Amino acid sequence: MTATDNGTSADAYAAERDTTEGRVYTVTGGDWDELVASVDPVSEERLIVNLGPQHPSTHGVLRLVCELEGETVRSVRPIVGYLHTGIEKNLEYRNWTQGTTFVTRADYLAPIFNETAYCLAVEKLLGIEVPRRADVIRVIMMELNRISSHLVALATTGMELGALSMMIYGFRDREKILDIFEAVCGLRMNMAYVRPGGLAQDLPRDGVAMIREFVDYMPQGLDDYEGLLTGNAIWQERTQGVGYLDVSGCLALGVTGPVLRSAGLPWDLRKTMPYCGYEEYDFEVPVHNGADAWARYVVRLEEIRQSLRIIDQGLDKLEPGPVMVEDKKIAWPAQLALGADGMGNSLNHIRHIMSQSMEALIHHFKLVTEGFRVPAGQVYTAIEAPRGELGIHAVSDGGTRPFRVHMREPSFINLQSIPALAEGGLLADVIAGGASLDPVMGGCDR
Amino acid sequence: MTSDPTGTGSAAPDDVQPVGIQRPKGLFGVADTGDTSGFGGLVQAQPTAGDLVSTPEPLGGYFDEVVAALRESLGDDITRACVVDRGELTIHIAPDRVADVCKTMRDDESLRFELCNSVSGVDYPDQRNRLHVVYHLTSMTYRRRVRLETAVGLEHPVVQSATAIYPTADWQEREAYDMFGVVFEGHPHLTRILMPDDWEGFPQRKDYPLGGIAVEYKGAHIPPPDERRAYK
Repeated sequence: MTATDNGTSADAYAAERDTTEGRVYTVTGGDWDELVASVDPVSEERLIVNLGPQHPSTHGVLRLVCELEGETVRSVRPIVGYLHTGIEKNLEYRNWTQGTTFVTRADYLAPIFNETAYCLAVEKLLGIEVPRRADVIRVIMMELNRISSHLVALATTGMELGALSMMIYGFRDREKILDIFEAVCGLRMNMAYVRPGGLAQDLPRDGVAMIREFVDYMPQGLDDYEGLLTGNAIWQERTQGVGYLDVSGCLALGVTGPVLRSAGLPWDLRKTMPYCGYEEYDFEVPVHNGADAWARYVVRLEEIRQSLRIIDQGLDKLEPGPVMVEDKKIAWPAQLALGADGMGNSLNHIRHIMSQSMEALIHHFKLVTEGFRVPAGQVYTAIEAPRGELGIHAVSDGGTRPFRVHMREPSFINLQSIPALAEGGLLADVIAGGASLDPVMGGCDR
Repeated sequence: MTSDPTGTGSAAPDDVQPVGIQRPKGLFGVADTGDTSGFGGLVQAQPTAGDLVSTPEPLGGYFDEVVAALRESLGDDITRACVVDRGELTIHIAPDRVADVCKTMRDDESLRFELCNSVSGVDYPDQRNRLHVVYHLTSMTYRRRVRLETAVGLEHPVVQSATAIYPTADWQEREAYDMFGVVFEGHPHLTRILMPDDWEGFPQRKDYPLGGIAVEYKGAHIPPPDERRAYK
């Protein structure tokens, strides 16, 4: 980009301009050496480089301000908040059931986890237990979602480090999971499928067969990725010893999930503080001692294999039964049904409330418009999301709407560790280290 | 008002009452609860405004052990109240003892709460000390969880920072400051984190409306939800 200097007005997009902080260069491609050569090395040995917030390698709208000495990063300051949408505030203005449609939009790569964590909190406040079938389907859906999220992590890390084929393969296989989600709940992302008290609807008739087909297909895909990356010298060079963060660093900074397990601590809430019946499933918690980007790659890949095991066992555990609590004062009154014009309210239900039962209509109306009351109190529930511990701190004042919901988002917490990962390393390793944290800015900024 | 309504008050004067609190209102211009049956009106309790009542001891499970260990190292008056609800322990502490308590919780051999999971704010507009800060701690050694809670009033919303003990509290305390205006004493750089640096007000306080805030886009104005559509 060249400067168009016509007149005296300052052009914010000029190639270079003087500011009170020093000379500012705008770089949008081009040759880095040429640019650096134009900087006087004696008077300006430290270069401050702004990365993002709109940069393809920062995993969404993350901004990193790096202070460089040559190619060595002296300091990194992550700046977040560009995707803040006020989800927590909005929740306070909708009823408890509508809350799932908000929280699902936080970490958009792991919507089922957001919904499940939130619903577990509401259910704990209500003091109810969901039917067994709902628990099993939640586990199956969560593990499918974990795979799809880890696939994106592999794909985007691959892309950022130049392994473009990995990006294509990762998104290709994620598509198969999104197809399952679409068949199960009508949506590929942000499904609001998990509801307080159970699920929005049961699996479709061919759901189990679809999931089985995927479970049979996926191991071959994983072998392909390993063939593509594990022995790849460039991949090894770019990840091994990069973005080092040991256990004490992780605990001090609150980092959980694959990053903590890549440092050698087998802390997985599915094992250590089980929920949704995870104690009944036979699976391993993969750990690694590398504490670097490579270790995180290995751990994520192995977690996908373990998730497949859990899904396989979950499908065996599926028994016919309800997927929503019996209590009609909590269960969403209308059930969805597939009509000639697509998914919608069950026609039988519409017939019932519109022409058979006045009481059913009143009940439907009250529950849908006003919602149910949740006894006052506060709870904290945490689940093992793909990026670490996803906690929900929910407070009720006894009303039909949340008084306060706070999401303890692993992306938000983990991003704090970027300076610890990257300072002292090379600029290129900021990208590899950041990608190994797998942050999702929708979750981080909420 | 002669007594402290929350039981969590500090030395703040009694006549300070939060003013200008707007109750959140529903859609469609509903001014009250939105209850159309009349039965909803029978419930008058305000659970978030009442006195803070400790659960009578023994608290059960590991809770007694945790509270006893904490009291042993920091004195009996360190806990203002210990509440057990839905199988979770909440220890209410003074805002100027947060760092001491966190340090003991982390380092005491019988406590060992290595991980600070979450720091969040809650605004209870009916209480004098309306801004609460809630810390969730996890002991990986003993597989225990505990919640610390402290409360401050608007006139002096200062809480001790836990960043020196739990560096992970850094961004979370910034978020609590950003959203609730709680000032964390001893935080290395307490600035806004999610909202723009020059934002005015603290968006997650209960008297801060949803919508109705001037936006810098072609003079657009988004009205608060209770004014958006009114079927009257």
